[in-house]
Amino acid sequence: MNEPDKNSDPEVTEPAVYFNRRQFLQTGILAASAVATGAIYHRLNHPAAGVTQTAPLAGLITTPTPSLAATNADNGFHVAEAETSFEDITHYNNFYEFSTDKEGVAAAAARFDTKGWQVSVEGLVRNPRVFSLADLLAISPPEERIYRMRCVEAWSMVIPWAGYSLSKLLDTVQPLDSARYVAFESLLDPQRMPGQRGDVLNWPYVEGLRLDEAMHPLTLLASGIYGRALPPQDGAPLRLVVPWKYGFKGIKSIVKIKLVADQPRTTWNDAAPNEYGFYASVNPQVDHPRWSQATEQRIGESGRRPTLMFNGYAAQVGHLYTGLDLRENY
Amino acid sequence: MNATDLLFAKRLVLINAAVPGILLGWDAWHHQLGANPVNFAILTTGMLALVFLLLTLLVTPLRTLSGWNWIIFSRRTLGLYAFFYATLHFLIFFSLDRGFSVSGTLTEMVKRRYLFVGIIGLLVMVPLAVTSTNAMIKRLGGKRWRALHRLAYVAAIAGVVHYYMQVKKDVRLPLTFAAVLAVLLGYRLLVWLRRPPVAAPGQ
Repeated sequence: MNEPDKNSDPEVTEPAVYFNRRQFLQTGILAASAVATGAIYHRLNHPAAGVTQTAPLAGLITTPTPSLAATNADNGFHVAEAETSFEDITHYNNFYEFSTDKEGVAAAAARFDTKGWQVSVEGLVRNPRVFSLADLLAISPPEERIYRMRCVEAWSMVIPWAGYSLSKLLDTVQPLDSARYVAFESLLDPQRMPGQRGDVLNWPYVEGLRLDEAMHPLTLLASGIYGRALPPQDGAPLRLVVPWKYGFKGIKSIVKIKLVADQPRTTWNDAAPNEYGFYASVNPQVDHPRWSQATEQRIGESGRRPTLMFNGYAAQVGHLYTGLDLRENY
Repeated sequence: MNATDLLFAKRLVLINAAVPGILLGWDAWHHQLGANPVNFAILTTGMLALVFLLLTLLVTPLRTLSGWNWIIFSRRTLGLYAFFYATLHFLIFFSLDRGFSVSGTLTEMVKRRYLFVGIIGLLVMVPLAVTSTNAMIKRLGGKRWRALHRLAYVAAIAGVVHYYMQVKKDVRLPLTFAAVLAVLLGYRLLVWLRRPPVAAPGQ
C-alpha cells in the first residue's frame, strides 16, 4: 500500500480549490450572460429618447388679450387642459414616411432637411401659385393654438401648435365656385424619407377635406410647436391640424394643396376602407372595427379618459355635419 | 453532462429568462417606459410571451437534430416563462388599460376578435402550467401528458394570430413570428408523416 496520494501531487489542483474556482467561473458566466441578455433586451426594445431642438418662431402671438381670452375659449383655440410635454409630443407619434414605430420616428427623421421647401397651391383657384416657405408663412403671423389631438389608435395629447387658419391661405389664392374639396399631398422622396422605400402605404401620403371644413377657423396650417419651428418628426416644415378629426387627417410635410371638384382619395382610406373613412371625425360612439373609440389614453396621464364627440369641438364644428349619418360617414 | 453542469445550465436559463421582466419592472419604476408606458408594457410582455413560446417549441427539434438530449431540461422553464409573461400581459391590460373593470374587459374580449383569440391562447396555457410538475407527469402518464401538452401549439398559433390582428398596417414583425412558428410546426408535421408504421395487432 504505497500508492502516492494524488492530492499531494503539486501538479493537481486541490479539489476544494478546483470546485471553488469552478463555482467562481460559473457565477461569472451567469452574471455576464444576464448583463448580455439585458443589453440585447434594451437594444431591441426601448422607448424613444433624445433631445429635439428647433429654432424659435419669430412674432408668435401667444397670450390673447383678456377680451380675446373669452372668445378663444368659445372658438376652441385654447383648450384649458394640461399640455403634453414637448418631449412626449416629439418622441411619440406616427409618421410612416420615417418609421412605423411611434418611438422610432424622431431618430429616423433627425437629419431631414427642408431647405428650399416649396408649396404649390393649385387647381380650381383664381391665383394658382408656387410659394416658397417664407412667402407662405408671411401670409399671416403664427398664432398659438392649444388643441386636443386624438389619434385613431386611441391615445391623445394636448398640443400648443403655432400657425394660422388654412382659410387665410385659401383666401389668398381665391377658390373658384366649382371648388368643393381640398386635396393635400406630402413630399415624395424616398432618399430623404426612408419609410417610403417600402410599400406599407401608397406614397405619397394624400389627404383631403371638404371646402367648408378647410375654411373652418379651427383648421390650422401649422409651422410650429411650443413656439418653435416644427421638428422633422412632427411634419416639418408645414402640416395640417384638424383638431376634431383623428390625427391621420393632419397630413405632414405638405408640398401640394389642390382645390378640386370631387372628393379626393385619402391614403388610409385607400389602405383599409372599412377602418378609415374620408371624414374620420372623432366619434366615441363609432368604434374602429378592431378597437373601441369610447375612451383614450391621454399621454402623461394614468388611467383612461372618455373620448369626446368631435374631440370636444362639437360646439364649433357640429353644424358642418347636420343631416350626415356619422355611422355611415365615419 | 454531469449533475453540476446540468444545475448550472438550469440556473443559466432561469436567470436569463427573468432578465427582460426584471428590466421592464425596473424601467417602469424609474419612468423609463416612454410616452405611453402602459402600451409599452403591454407590447413588451406580449412580445416576450411569444418569444418564449417559440423558444419552448424550438427545444425538441433542436434536441433531435443536434443529439443534445440534455437540453430537454429547459423546455419546462421556457414554457412556464411564456405563461408568466402572457399572464402579466393580460393583467396589465386588465388593470392599467381597462381600470380593473371585469365587465369592461369581458365586453371588449367578446367584441374584439383579436382579444378573443388572445385570451384563448392564454387559457389554453393554464392546464399546461398546472400539469408541468414531475408529479403531474407521473399521474397523467407520459402518453396522456404529451397529448395534453400539444396544446402548446394552439397557444403559439393563437398568440401569433392575436399579434397579427392587432397591428395597424406594418405586419412585418407578426409575419416573422408566423414564419418561425411555421418552421417549428412544419418540422413536427414532417416527423409525424414519416413516422414508422405501427405493427398491426395480433401479429
